[in-house]
Amino acid sequence: MIKMEDSAGGKILAVVSIKKDRVSGGAPIFFASNEEEQEKVASYLSRILDAMVHDLENGTYILVKH
Amino acid sequence: MPEYMPDYLTVILAGILAGTITRFVLLRIDYRQYPGYPHGYLAHIFIGFIASALGAVAVPAIIKPDFTAVTFLALAAQQFREIRTMERRTLESLERTELVKRGLDYIEGIARTFEARNYLVMGTSFATSVAAQFAGIPAAFIVAALSLLVSLHFMSGEVIGDICDVVPARLSFDGAILKVDDISIINVGLKPMREKILNEGLAVMVKPHGGNARATVHDMGQRSAVAFNAAVILGTKKDVDIPEFTPLARKNPDTGEVGLYILPVEKDMEQLIAAVKLTPILESARSKPLKAGPVIKEARNKKVN
Repeated sequence: MIKMEDSAGGKILAVVSIKKDRVSGGAPIFFASNEEEQEKVASYLSRILDAMVHDLENGTYILVKH
Repeated sequence: MPEYMPDYLTVILAGILAGTITRFVLLRIDYRQYPGYPHGYLAHIFIGFIASALGAVAVPAIIKPDFTAVTFLALAAQQFREIRTMERRTLESLERTELVKRGLDYIEGIARTFEARNYLVMGTSFATSVAAQFAGIPAAFIVAALSLLVSLHFMSGEVIGDICDVVPARLSFDGAILKVDDISIINVGLKPMREKILNEGLAVMVKPHGGNARATVHDMGQRSAVAFNAAVILGTKKDVDIPEFTPLARKNPDTGEVGLYILPVEKDMEQLIAAVKLTPILESARSKPLKAGPVIKEARNKKVN
C-alpha cells in the first residue's frame, strides 16, 4: 500500500510531554523535565521507532508512524 | 513450394529486424523511468523479437493464403497482456523497499507502456513485411524508418512541463509547519531537523495552466510520480529512520498550485526544475474536465426543462 504523510494510516506511537496535566490516554507517554530533554527523548524515540516527530506547540510532541 | 522460400524468408527477416530494432530503441527511452536491469533488457528484447516475428509472419500467411494462421495474433495479444502483469508485479514488489514510492498510478502507467510497445513493434514489423513483399527491400527500409519515427512520436507522451510552469519556491517554517511559499506541507517537530531542512532543502512551485492541468496535478498518483522523479534525479537524504526528509508534493486548495519539497543530495535548483518538468503525465491522471463543458450544459438544460 502506498501511504503519503497525510494519509489516515498515521498512528501515534508515543507522546513526549513536559506538561504532566495535559496528556493522558492510550499511547505510551514519556515525561521530560525541560524542553532540552524533551527534544532529546523525542529524537531518540524517532530513530528507534522510525517515526516522525510532530510538535503540537503546547509542550507536547507526538511520534507518528506514517 | 521451395522456390518461394527465399522470398518469404527475406520478407519475414526484414520484418523481424525492423521490429527488434524498434523494440531496442524504445527500450532505451525507458531508462529514465525504469532501471534497465540486464536481465530485464534481455527479456524485453526477446519478447520484442517474438512480437516482430508474429507481425512479420502474418504477411506470408495471408498471401499463401493461410488465413487461419492469422488467429495466432490473438494468442500474441494474450502473451503481451502477460507482460503487463509481469512488469506490474515486479515494480509492486520493488515498491515495498523503495524509500520514495513510485505510486501505484506510475507503476500501472509503466506496465501499460511496456504492453503497448509490443503492439507498436508488431505493427512496425507487419508494415515492413508488407512493404518488402510488394515493393521490395528498399521500400521496406523506408517503411521501417517511418514506422520507427511514428513509434517514437507515439510513445513520447506529454510531460508536466507541457501543462505547467515550474518555478523556484521558498521554504519556511510557521512554528512547526513547513511551508513551500504559502502551502503547508508537514509538521516537523525536531528543531535540528527544521534547521537542516531550511539549509539544505529545495522547493518548487508547479503552476498549472488552466483547469485541465489543475485537474491533472490534483491527482495524488501524479504528484507522487513528480516527487519520485525528483528524488531519482537529485537523490534524497531520506532514510527509514528519517521520515522528515520524504519529498512531498502538496497542493494549494484555493489555486490548485502544487508545492514540492525535497531534501536532495545534490542541491541544484535547475536540475530539480528539469526533473519536475520531465515527469511524464500519467494516463490515469490525465483528465480534461473542461472538455466536458457542452455535455454538462446539455444535462443542466435538460434538468431545467
